[in-house]
Amino acid sequence: MEKIPFTQLQEELYYEKLDNGLKVYILPKKGFNKTFCTFTTNYGSIDNHFVPLDGSDYVKVPDGIAHFLEHKLFEKEHGDVFQEFSKNGASANAFTSFTRTAYLFSSTSNVENNLETLINFVQEPYFTEKTVEKEKGIIGQEITMYDDNPDWRLYFGLIENMFVNHPVKIDIAGTIESISHITKDMLYECYHTFYHPSNMLLFIVGPVDPEEYMEKIKANQGKKDYQNHSEVKRKFENEPEHVNKEKQVLKMNVHTSKCLVGIKAIDVNQSGSEMLKNELSINLLLDSLFSESSDNYQNLFQEGLIDDTFSYDYTQEHGFGFAMIGGDTSNPDGLEKAIKEILINAKGSDISEETLERTKKKKIGAFLRSINSPEYIANQFTRYAFNEMDLFDVVPTLESITVDDIKTAANRLIEEDRLTTCQVIPK
Amino acid sequence: MSVATEKITKLKGFQLHTVKTDKFKTNNIVVKWRTPIKKENVTHRAILPYILQNSTKKYNTTTKLRTYVEELYGATFFIDLSKKGEYHIVSFTLEIANEKFLSDSSPLLKKGLEFLSEVIFNPNVENGAFDQTILNNEKRALKQRIQSIYDDKMRYSNQRVIDVMCENEPYALSVYGDKDEVDNITAQSLYQYYQEALDEDQIDIFMVGDLETEDVTSYIENLFPFKEREGKTIDRRNFTSVEEVKEVREVQDIKQGKLNMGFRTNIVYGDKDYYALQILNGIYGGFSHSKLFLNVREKESLAYYAASRLESHKGLLLVMSGIDNQNYEKAVTIIKEQMELMKKGEFTDQEIMQTKAVIHNQMLETLDTSRGMIELFYHNSVSDKYVEIGEWLKEMSKVTREEIVASAQKIDLDTIYFLTGSEGNA
Repeated sequence: MEKIPFTQLQEELYYEKLDNGLKVYILPKKGFNKTFCTFTTNYGSIDNHFVPLDGSDYVKVPDGIAHFLEHKLFEKEHGDVFQEFSKNGASANAFTSFTRTAYLFSSTSNVENNLETLINFVQEPYFTEKTVEKEKGIIGQEITMYDDNPDWRLYFGLIENMFVNHPVKIDIAGTIESISHITKDMLYECYHTFYHPSNMLLFIVGPVDPEEYMEKIKANQGKKDYQNHSEVKRKFENEPEHVNKEKQVLKMNVHTSKCLVGIKAIDVNQSGSEMLKNELSINLLLDSLFSESSDNYQNLFQEGLIDDTFSYDYTQEHGFGFAMIGGDTSNPDGLEKAIKEILINAKGSDISEETLERTKKKKIGAFLRSINSPEYIANQFTRYAFNEMDLFDVVPTLESITVDDIKTAANRLIEEDRLTTCQVIPK
Repeated sequence: MSVATEKITKLKGFQLHTVKTDKFKTNNIVVKWRTPIKKENVTHRAILPYILQNSTKKYNTTTKLRTYVEELYGATFFIDLSKKGEYHIVSFTLEIANEKFLSDSSPLLKKGLEFLSEVIFNPNVENGAFDQTILNNEKRALKQRIQSIYDDKMRYSNQRVIDVMCENEPYALSVYGDKDEVDNITAQSLYQYYQEALDEDQIDIFMVGDLETEDVTSYIENLFPFKEREGKTIDRRNFTSVEEVKEVREVQDIKQGKLNMGFRTNIVYGDKDYYALQILNGIYGGFSHSKLFLNVREKESLAYYAASRLESHKGLLLVMSGIDNQNYEKAVTIIKEQMELMKKGEFTDQEIMQTKAVIHNQMLETLDTSRGMIELFYHNSVSDKYVEIGEWLKEMSKVTREEIVASAQKIDLDTIYFLTGSEGNA
């Protein structure tokens, strides 16, 4: 077991890669009551085209299957895993993103039992035609709930605008139609392909003894017979640089309009420190342009174009990336125009040394706040690790970023034919 | 297991609550103003904190104010409005890095406190009035905030069930005020309301972090020169009895129906049987092992979510679920039946045990965040009954089956509200 100290933060991280390929990380947190664990596979909604384990040809699976699989793992022959967790006072949950499926629990007692339950339920699938059919009704309601949610529709509408081929444009839960084709055999096929320990990461954060826990996990895994597994072959069609659609307007049953402007990123085959630096540079750029301390924010607010729902964000994973800026507005076209102008003007112009230093300070403060949260540490660390980055490199990387780096990032990111808009307006 | 303890000091015009802990990398300060919610000034109160956080005398534009906050290593500073029972609460929150974890170690906490004091005591006021332009902008934003509740159907139906259930009770007032009243706010009337709230509200200041109480007390006393006050209180046990069950259906252009059911519990935080009520809610609908989740979702596949929660200071139990329009009757029947089972004591010892374990766990987890701690301790201020966390946990674990049944028997269904996408199938 390796021990990685972070002196300035007064934290220590323990790491070991087990014989079956599972990566295990443990971060002891003294003074905390709860232990939070995530067991995550490097498999999300975008992984719908791959060579199955034991297969030789690429197959395409129905939209929404990774999320469907996440739901179904909780059901076992003897009932629901939630019951088992709650007997031990734990609360359990799971989520599926574009690139990951994570299973998690938190508890303040019986942590060892809960950890066993977590590992075992994820590693012992039980799917039947009957339970698969039953789940279609529940997930159908989840999909319908999101259909009525204007913020979700706006978000996905914008992603749809950006991508021509990339499966990130498919809603994570799929559609009622697409999930109707899912069978138990397809679930097993996806399961066996993507849930091998070598494609997974276990993270524990809480008041635990790392040696003891590492031994327990090894003993658990040692009892299970996993064959060596080569890396999963996934296929993604080529994605052009330009956006699929410049604009989309959704009419919904709302009283207030919404407008989001998106930028499709091109430097998306990065990983490791290059990706970390790019991602942080773009975040600093967006902060300098749109944060509450910016002149732009003040102007947009005074012109009546935004309110306190205004926000911005940058997402990057291997193979795709995008920025989004916007919020509720009484004048969606006016806001679209104003945001685009700010972006185009930012290309080629410098931010001041003073603004950069202040924005870096703000990011460092935000990072400290984040690592109060066991959930943040476990989830983000996993995301970073799957992209070969290290969460604990965030502060040193931030400190190293210069005015020129921001300028380069702006020039690479912002291009007129990679901007797109999605609006929700009242019917 | 570490159970947090707060130290309460009565200072001039407010109570100071401090929790010393070294488990966080930041220090958190929350100032809470509390007064009974009232139709006459609810909209003034809804806009006031937004005006105060917009700018101050010293930082007289949002840009200057936010620039300063960023210089403090990106402290988080925000205001929010909430309701606890019939109290309308304004909170000012500042969370600031502990410089111990930074390579630059200039002290931040005092600067943060000075900043909060500036926001509260030194507003951007000339000649007894707030700035007209800022007010106009914030009025527009407030109208939009009120209007946008309609757009989030879950929030909307949560509010509508309360509108119907508590019609003519102050509890039905929204913390964001009344859209029709926004235009009546003037720069002068708002300043008068500011002074009234500043002088008369009940004030609590919470500080959680790596601090020495003795150090901060005198400092805080100087920075927050509140006047002595009595503080207005309400009788939380003034319960409304149910004459007949109200059933309201509203049609909108939506795909998924939102079913909300409101029960009166006739029990509030601080009551002896409040602990039993908590367990009851947990068995009934609070968690993913609860009756509502198992029967509405897992057994019948009617919904993705079906849950209940308590409004502890008003004595309400609220059920919410998203269902297909044609499943209304079926869902209402199950939700009612499950409550009948609670009243008849038809739940297992295992359900009691699970629920106690989960609630115990949830409580301890709440203490792992500084905001969670503050919200927990604030219940005591609001109810004016001091229950220590250790005692709370002990009382919870002692609850018996008979006590759960007794609390269930006090519960009355008051309102069934359904936001539906179609007119038919009543």
